[in-house]
Amino acid sequence: MIRISDVSKTFTLHNQGGAEIAVMAGAALQVAPGECVALTGSSGAGKSTLMRMIYGNYLAAGGAIHVGDTDVTRAEPRKILAMRREVLGYVSQFLRVVPRVPTLDVVAEPLLMLGAGPDEARDRAASLLRRLRIPENLWPLSPTTFSGGEQQRVNIARGFCHEYPALLLDEPTASLDAANRETVLSLIEEAKARGAAIVGIFHDEAARNRVCDREIDVSGFTPAKAA
Amino acid sequence: MTPLLSVRNITKRYGPHLGCGDISFDLYPGEVMGIVGESGSGKSTLLNCLATHIPADSGQVIFDTRADGPRDVLRMPEAARRMLSRTDWAFVHQHARDGLRMGVSAGGNIGERLMAVGGRNYGTIRAAAGDWLGRVEISESRIDDRPSTFSGGMQQRLQIARNLVTGPRLIFMDEPTGGLDVSVQARLLDLLRGLVRDMGLSAIVVTHDLAVVRLLAHRLMVMKDGHVVESGLTDQVLDDPQHGYTQLLVSSVLQV
Repeated sequence: MIRISDVSKTFTLHNQGGAEIAVMAGAALQVAPGECVALTGSSGAGKSTLMRMIYGNYLAAGGAIHVGDTDVTRAEPRKILAMRREVLGYVSQFLRVVPRVPTLDVVAEPLLMLGAGPDEARDRAASLLRRLRIPENLWPLSPTTFSGGEQQRVNIARGFCHEYPALLLDEPTASLDAANRETVLSLIEEAKARGAAIVGIFHDEAARNRVCDREIDVSGFTPAKAA
Repeated sequence: MTPLLSVRNITKRYGPHLGCGDISFDLYPGEVMGIVGESGSGKSTLLNCLATHIPADSGQVIFDTRADGPRDVLRMPEAARRMLSRTDWAFVHQHARDGLRMGVSAGGNIGERLMAVGGRNYGTIRAAAGDWLGRVEISESRIDDRPSTFSGGMQQRLQIARNLVTGPRLIFMDEPTGGLDVSVQARLLDLLRGLVRDMGLSAIVVTHDLAVVRLLAHRLMVMKDGHVVESGLTDQVLDDPQHGYTQLLVSSVLQV
């Protein structure tokens, strides 16, 4: 479902003397439907960078990244947007929303964008919010004022609202209590059971061991430092 | 899929000074494109050339018309172009006063565009005006008030209602949230996003506010000195800018 081959990444800082920082080279990875692969490596090794390149948020300097039949490194913006709508979900560590939009609609939006009826989309959103223990009296409010853990759960609900064939999860269990962590892990297991291909970053080792089938250490993709 | 709008090599000079040079892009149905850049970068010149408010020196603006398919708007007869700007096109000005008739009631401002495309039944027009006031969150009880009695944010929403009542397919926006306070901005952005999604609109939004394009635009073009220096997916351009000028622009935003 996700196929990455020989991907490299360089940041060029034009306003800092044109410094070029090579952060990744020769990255390769394949994820089959129903499989969950963990990205590991120390902080700064490039886990999030790789994830962002898969999502098309960062431009790869070379190589190919296929998600389904889209090559993210070459596709037009509208193809990438269609891929994000239909195929590839992304649960980031940060919730970014239009202020004033109610939580229920924030969560339902991915389904609404796919043309689902408002009632159907809100029902699905409501069931996820209930499972993730967001009190019902908060649903009509914007999540911008919620606590960090609540925002994290709203973000997860949004990421699981549509049953994406592929998912990127950046620290989905961080800042969650035991009961909610359990819910998130069940959601991941259910997604795998229905055939979703998942790439995740988990600092929580027990969670990683439970849901991930394989680990890829991204330090192996760090270019050799010039002497 | 046929692009709704194909822009080819649009150039505009003001004497020796370049307004915008050799701009080309395609816009597909349902897409919102943001154009950012500092003042003087040519973004408003480009928008006004596309909307045929000012004549471009060269280039083509090909619009996929309902009746005849793709046509170069710059070479259309004047009457056809005016019809287009009243029906399938809309233009939201930065200053609502430029897009509204201040001496006519709110309902009249909305109804006028309907009458321009042949609406004649007073009851139907008034009902449509009332419906649109509701959609842009202005109380229907204000239908007979003049926009001069409205706040800036309400005037801007009225301008949007006036523009969208004919069900356009392409909307040009010049700094639609400029000059509004932040709470009103948020409300307007939410409104615009909903309308774009529900009506399947395409839009070109000129702004210098990067937060606005992040929330509203799918794609982004960055302009400097009349040229496009970078373009791509909005979040990609903002999070991983490639051009030096974009990097400067993104890193200059004040964090709240």
